[in-house]
Amino acid sequence: MEKVTFNINPKEFVSIVGRSGAGKTTLLRLLLREEEPSEGDILVDGKNIKTLKHKEIPAYRRKIGVIFQDFKLLPNKTAYENIAFAMEAGGRSEEEITEDVPQILSLVELVDKADNFPCQLSGGEKQRVAIGRALVHKPDILMADEPTGNLDPLHTWDIIRLLCRINELGTTVILATHDREIINALGRRVVSLDRGRVIRDEENGRYIV
Amino acid sequence: MFTSFKRIIKWGLTNFWRNGWLSTATVSIMVLTLLVITVLLMLNVVANAVLANLQSKIDISVYFKLETSEEEVLKVKSQLEKLQEVEAITYVSQNEALINFKEKHKDNPVLLQSLEELEFNPLEASLNIKARQTNQYASINQFLESVYYKDLIDKVNYQQNKEVIEKLGKIITDVKTGGLGLTLLLALIVFLVTFNAIRLAIYSSREEINVMKLVGASKWFIRGPFFVEGILYGLIGTIITIIILYPIFYFVSPRVSGFLPIADIFSYFKANLFSFFFLLLVIGICLGGFSTMVAVRKYLKE
Repeated sequence: MEKVTFNINPKEFVSIVGRSGAGKTTLLRLLLREEEPSEGDILVDGKNIKTLKHKEIPAYRRKIGVIFQDFKLLPNKTAYENIAFAMEAGGRSEEEITEDVPQILSLVELVDKADNFPCQLSGGEKQRVAIGRALVHKPDILMADEPTGNLDPLHTWDIIRLLCRINELGTTVILATHDREIINALGRRVVSLDRGRVIRDEENGRYIV
Repeated sequence: MFTSFKRIIKWGLTNFWRNGWLSTATVSIMVLTLLVITVLLMLNVVANAVLANLQSKIDISVYFKLETSEEEVLKVKSQLEKLQEVEAITYVSQNEALINFKEKHKDNPVLLQSLEELEFNPLEASLNIKARQTNQYASINQFLESVYYKDLIDKVNYQQNKEVIEKLGKIITDVKTGGLGLTLLLALIVFLVTFNAIRLAIYSSREEINVMKLVGASKWFIRGPFFVEGILYGLIGTIITIIILYPIFYFVSPRVSGFLPIADIFSYFKANLFSFFFLLLVIGICLGGFSTMVAVRKYLKE
């Protein structure tokens, strides 16, 4: 990627669009500190994440919720446990977990599927578990990398509506997608990438590549 | 801290249970490894007993001329005892030699009668010498052949037994070094098999490890449950191995005790059951724990 400079304000809903290979995923990986930028800086909440020590990375990642196209759930854990595991990893107490997980499950409307394993859930349900898991640490930022890539249109809209609701509750949402319909229907800020460069950045944008 | 520890154990147990087939396969390989190790250990114990038994049968005898007095013989004995190579010496006096001879040939009246007709005891006093090592008989023999003893000693049976002694000595060292080499080689092979089985089991979890990293789990929180699983492989493997070994020793023991110097392998096993258990447990847990740590490390690297 080259010369990518833009700001995202707190509580904004930003879509990153572009063809496959345009650099959407790389951008998100940089934000998650899965990759280091060879040049330039990334400031999150005023802190340069390039200077994070290895030990600080897990704590940093817990401040950012992420969901993926392939859900990335733990296959040997139930929906409830997948969400609880993220809280355990963050060192939260048992009381908090037994209190928060049911709340999150009801937010993503999965209370009756709590004890199902990922292989027993549909794609949309899996993605909702993943969103629930991303929310356990009450993150300031929620990043979604092609969250609807594997879903049928009906489930796609479920997920997008859920993301909008989460945004209304006060979380910054960064959505990477190449789904024209979603972008056009959302009517939010759109950053367009092409071959690693920002080619357009508009409020109330539309999908034009 | 304590909560994390509890959670790590909880997930270790849960994963072990939920990965039922994988755990069964890994534990089976662990059991095979521990069985092979036990068999190797038992073979070593038996071989050492056989060799020690064989070694104790080797000795040389020094026969003194008839006119030598008992005092002189005992003097030689005490001098021999000062040698480093000598383990033990037994003195057989003329009288004892006669008694032994009569006992040995009591079914041969002709021989006994001809002995009666002699007016003196024709048997010579002797010293039975055992060396510490089989290869030391030559130097003891050399000592006895020195000029000083020439007038007292009639003969040393070393020369006629020399070949047998040397051959036995060679067999004993060969079996010992060969056995040790074979034991180490087989142990290494079974260790590697188990190590790889565990690595494969964790290979199937590499995606999971990645996801845990993404969720923000610390390295120990990811590694911990796998480590618990590895230890469980060792623990359960050991218990099963002991359960399998018990009847095996029970049935095999009476069949082989006839031609072994150890009277009863089964009672030996029973007497040492706890040492066996702990030895296998330590081996199993170290192997399981070490293998999982090495395997997980690969997927934990950033």
